[in-house]
Amino acid sequence: MPNKIDQQSSISAADLTRLNQEAQSEATPSTARIIWSEFKADRPAIVALVIIVGFILFVMLASLFIDTPRMMETNIMNYFNPPFSAQDWLGADSAGRSIAQQLIVGSRNSIGIALGLTVISSTFGIAWGLISGYFNGYVDWGMQRVYDFMMMLPMLMIIIVLVTIIPHYNAITLTLIFSLFYWEGTSRLIRSRTLAEADKDYVAASITSGTNQWKIIFSQIMPNISSLIIVDTTLSFAENIGVETGLSFLGFGLPSQTPSLGTLIANANDPNNITQYWWTWLPAALEIIVLCLSISYIGQVLRRAADASQRQGLTS
Amino acid sequence: MWKTILRRMLIMIPEVIILSILVFLLAKAMPGDPFTGSINPKANPAQIAHLMKMNGLDGPWYSQYWNWVVHLFHGNLGNSYQYQEPVTRLIAGRATNTLWLALFTMLLTYAIALPMGVFAGRHEGKLPDTIIRFYTYVTYCIPFFVILVVGIWIFGYVLGWFPTTGSISITASGWLDTIGSRFYHILLPGIMGALFSTVNIVQYLRSEVIDAKHSDYVRTARSKGVPTKDIYRHHIFRNSLLPIAAFAGYSITGLLNGSIFTETIFSYPGMGLLFINSISFRDYTVITALVLIYGILNLLGTLLSDIILSLVDPRIRIQ
Repeated sequence: MPNKIDQQSSISAADLTRLNQEAQSEATPSTARIIWSEFKADRPAIVALVIIVGFILFVMLASLFIDTPRMMETNIMNYFNPPFSAQDWLGADSAGRSIAQQLIVGSRNSIGIALGLTVISSTFGIAWGLISGYFNGYVDWGMQRVYDFMMMLPMLMIIIVLVTIIPHYNAITLTLIFSLFYWEGTSRLIRSRTLAEADKDYVAASITSGTNQWKIIFSQIMPNISSLIIVDTTLSFAENIGVETGLSFLGFGLPSQTPSLGTLIANANDPNNITQYWWTWLPAALEIIVLCLSISYIGQVLRRAADASQRQGLTS
Repeated sequence: MWKTILRRMLIMIPEVIILSILVFLLAKAMPGDPFTGSINPKANPAQIAHLMKMNGLDGPWYSQYWNWVVHLFHGNLGNSYQYQEPVTRLIAGRATNTLWLALFTMLLTYAIALPMGVFAGRHEGKLPDTIIRFYTYVTYCIPFFVILVVGIWIFGYVLGWFPTTGSISITASGWLDTIGSRFYHILLPGIMGALFSTVNIVQYLRSEVIDAKHSDYVRTARSKGVPTKDIYRHHIFRNSLLPIAAFAGYSITGLLNGSIFTETIFSYPGMGLLFINSISFRDYTVITALVLIYGILNLLGTLLSDIILSLVDPRIRIQ
């Protein structure tokens, strides 16, 4: 008889809506709202966000209109065309290839690989950290030893050796090779947080009521550390841009016919290029700096949003 | 205490064994064999085959691995194909260059980071703190190689303040001149490396100082009438110094990885540049040796850090 209870209640309809509103205003705001208000409180963060999103969209769309094989053709007539000319507004390199076009396609490749690497390595790192942190004891011990071992490996060297051993590789194999080695930071962070989280009462309650362990890990603990995951993923995206470009710079990333920001910066390895023909490498270097700074700035804002004591927006 | 160190060392043994197996298998996957280095126009295939048999390289992989390890313990890493000399001698020559650069970078890193960390912690939330935090944020997120390229462009080429290649100038003669020239060559890479690797130390020290500011021993010192300057210098700094010292071991990994970029960009003849050159010449004996050496150095670095940390922090020991 719900109706009857309603009638018996002494609270009027107006009071009920008022109480509802009060409860809503006092409730913890949702993660999305906290993040949004944090962005609103920090103007540079909005600028950084617009730069990143706008730039990624521009690069993805613009590169569709560029014919890469034709762009990479040697055109001796344009040999080191200076920048700001009518033909190539960022000049051309030693083979007469337009720097602006290479920059766009290269950015797409580099950002794409960094995104792929972030998705794969973060997923793996998060799963590793959660499992290792939740199952204490032997499982954790074993997983920690694997972690220690991976930390000891001279990563950069092993990646370079792997790239030289594998006869044919492309962007996807390259991303997979990188992913083998770049999950450790994430896994350690997630593990230490999971260790703390697994001691809490709600986990103990779930265990006593017989919830499946995997369900506890992935649908109870993981949502509770989601803010940490968001922050870490953003920051590792910024770092991962440096991974592929660094190897391409050394000449062990993408093949030379596939432009990347790293191969563009590698133009600076030639003493003539670095001083006389600065436009062949400087735009790419500046782009990486701006990209990494903006992404990490967004990461900092997200970190503040995740930590109630540092918030500048909503403070409740 | 000793138990922790002993256990830590015991864990190292399987790690080294697995590392060596991994390196060996990588070497096997590369084309060529340990005698590629001694091939010359006078050698004939039958001789090579005989050499392979003599050195036990015709058996299954585990017996080959065993032979390789035995050679390793005799300090025999084969010959370099590119340079036609024993790998051990070649690497020993390059290692000193890398070592000097790494040592200089590390000392400079501490020289910059320690005062910065204490200063930021002391003036928490004020302007100097904001500036230092901004600095660490910028240096943390820009990829190292980009900064090196921009740095060598500005300071090496445009301004011409520093040499851009090599480890010593050709004209350097005499004892003092040689050392001076060497130092001049590691100056720019060292300064740039140090400026861009302070993040961890600064952040750690800053939070340590902020914690210590509100602790009992600092309050006692204050009430005794110890001047603020001395509290920071003698009480807080001394307490935070040992964990900071432990970072030295971990930073070896970063320095070694960075050395590949630094040495390539500055054409500095150390182990990193040797590695890159050997890769392009497919000089497999050198590559294998370098990967193994870097791995073992990393391992010793973390061992050192773990030992220092367990000395300082009893919580780590109990585990």
